[in-house]
Amino acid sequence: MKKKSLALLLSVVLTTVAVALGGCAGDKQEESSQITIGIPQDIEDSLDPMKATAAGTKEILFNIYEGLVKPDSDGNLNPAVASEYTITEEGKVYTFTIRDGIKFHDGSEVTADDVVYSLNRYADEQSGDALASAFSNIQSITAPDRKTVTITLNEPNADFLSYLTASVIPASNADPDTVAIGTGPYKYVSRSPQENIILESFDEYWDKDNAPQIKNITLKVIANADTIVTELNGGSIDMFCRLSSTQVSQLSDNFDVYTGTMNLVQALYLNNAVEPFNDVRVRQALCYAIDQQGILDMAFDGQGSIIGSAMYPTFGKYYMPELENAYPTDVEKAKALLAEAGYPDGFTFSITVPSNYQPHVDTAQVLAEQLKAVGVTANINLVEWASWLSDVYSGRQYEATVIGVDASMLSAGALLDRYRSDASGNFMNFNSASYDVALDAAESSIVDEEKTASFKECEQIISDEAASVYIQDMVNLVALNNKYDGYVFYPLYVQDFAKLHLK
Amino acid sequence: MREFIKARKNFKAGAIIAGILLFMALLSLFWTPYDPEKMDAASKLAGVSLAHPMGCDNFGRDILSRVMTGLRTTVVIAVGTVGIGAFFGSIIGSLTGYFGGTFDEIVMRVNDVLLAFPAVLLALVMVSLLGGGKYNVILALGIAFVPSFARMVRGEVMRCKDLDYVKNARLQGARDLRVIFVHILPNVMPVILSSVLIGFNNAVLAEAGMSYLGIGVQPPDASLGRMLSEAQGYLYGAPWYALFPGLILVLLILGVSLMGNE
Repeated sequence: MKKKSLALLLSVVLTTVAVALGGCAGDKQEESSQITIGIPQDIEDSLDPMKATAAGTKEILFNIYEGLVKPDSDGNLNPAVASEYTITEEGKVYTFTIRDGIKFHDGSEVTADDVVYSLNRYADEQSGDALASAFSNIQSITAPDRKTVTITLNEPNADFLSYLTASVIPASNADPDTVAIGTGPYKYVSRSPQENIILESFDEYWDKDNAPQIKNITLKVIANADTIVTELNGGSIDMFCRLSSTQVSQLSDNFDVYTGTMNLVQALYLNNAVEPFNDVRVRQALCYAIDQQGILDMAFDGQGSIIGSAMYPTFGKYYMPELENAYPTDVEKAKALLAEAGYPDGFTFSITVPSNYQPHVDTAQVLAEQLKAVGVTANINLVEWASWLSDVYSGRQYEATVIGVDASMLSAGALLDRYRSDASGNFMNFNSASYDVALDAAESSIVDEEKTASFKECEQIISDEAASVYIQDMVNLVALNNKYDGYVFYPLYVQDFAKLHLK
Repeated sequence: MREFIKARKNFKAGAIIAGILLFMALLSLFWTPYDPEKMDAASKLAGVSLAHPMGCDNFGRDILSRVMTGLRTTVVIAVGTVGIGAFFGSIIGSLTGYFGGTFDEIVMRVNDVLLAFPAVLLALVMVSLLGGGKYNVILALGIAFVPSFARMVRGEVMRCKDLDYVKNARLQGARDLRVIFVHILPNVMPVILSSVLIGFNNAVLAEAGMSYLGIGVQPPDASLGRMLSEAQGYLYGAPWYALFPGLILVLLILGVSLMGNE
């Protein structure tokens, strides 16, 4: 009896395999192509592009949603949901023509009403989104016909177009938190919490030149950074971004390694509202106490670019290289500042670090060691990503943390806006009246030079006030199985899966 | 007789191994070859050498020094855990075993519920509520170890409470608590001691497991489990990083087990 059932089982298996193989042979290889990409964190916040706060979430949503315009890998803004746009000469009225035949993942066509609905969502003061302040400049958003959207501004803003990368979603989607419908090259299929997220290429994607080439994408959550190399070498994932140089050195020959920048502001972020970090002298003392190059040498094999304010070099004209050395390592000066602030014997604080990001954990360890020289004891508190988001980022219940902050838009404002006293993303509780003034000046400025100057003033204030201890824009090492090709870096913290293809 | 001699041999071997390791842990209080937290970029992942008998880790910290302090952390946690477990377990077990009745029923059913969960799982839940760190791990594991001690002591006390010497003591007018703690408990001691040794090993493993999962001891503190976890990323490039903490962990458990088999 047992033998019989075994034989039956075998024959069933064999038949299935035969059928499956036959099916494969018939298909084009491209259609059955798939890739498994490791990601350090699950989507914990929201599938709603407006509510998503984690950089790790946004880099995935980049493939699902698009705005009227979309950034490319060179930092240009190209028309996406809109096929073309015009801006009146004084820079106040933007007119967008919706692309012909562009469809949402659910098959419905994108109408001007959807665009108006989506932008109004961002503009809503109640949304709490970082864009709300930029969008407060909007006088009206109207749809003269099904294919046209007109946006009128109160004041011209040279940076405004970059904000229109804000995702367009269908007005009919009642629950964007859990139902992801966009116009991007990949559509959302499913998610198993802490396990994986499945994406599938969108056959009716409008941009045939940049159409997705790999059909199925599995994003596998690997919360334990220690197992990444094993998973890559073992073949259970084909790609992983932001590896450390040590991890890369252990990869097998099956991987191509791409080197770029992460486009992050990595810093020891200090909660400016709690003792002792409410004293600017203490914050400055920490800046003098640490040695950025030492951190790079110790934990990053010397790779990475040192920064001195909340801006990274990819931003070009907004970036201020002179701030990199605003606080040269000077233990004596740090001690003197601490003594002046009333901590002659130093103090003890804790650095809360998300344990799934090995580079930040390593950085925190080196920082703790460096701070000993000035008598400051830093205890490291490793937490899970979900508790980091809720306690540190949203709850602001922390003393210090090591993390990298990204820019969601190709605009200096995207990085600097979070330092506004009342910004929702101001998790370091930075509070400076002169900063708010400078930021307002930058965002309302029409003339490009003035705007740049004001943004630079903002960076200068952040540096002078030592809002946090700025460290570096980390090097981004991406491992991709050499079966695949086509990884491209963006000047933003995003992953473009549509460019990946089989060799 | 031969069995007995063999057992003595095991005990001696175990005592020697455990003794050496304990000495290393104690020594680390006063002296380690290097500062266990001192980073040195020049000797990152340096191999085994005379200067660094166990090599260096990814921050150039001397692994021997870290193993010594890590061993101390691990031993302190294990002793603390077993101490809490045995102390409260003995009290609960002897009271319930001696008095019996409804009180016994209630306490032991709660105890059974706790026993039904693996100790480490209970500790995991507690640590995620209390937060990590050495002392919370001791507390969490200690509480998780109470039920098994309570059950074991209760059985022993129940067995002893109707023996003649206990009846005798009671007839002489000794109060209940005196009977329990002065007459019964000392006679249960050998059983408690041997389960303390087994419990010690379980605690070492539990701590290593928790630190390995990243919720026990926090960096830059060293513990053997924490070191194993950190070494995992360097298994291919610097196998000594994982090898030595692992080896010491195995030796510690081997030594104590050999002693416990006696």
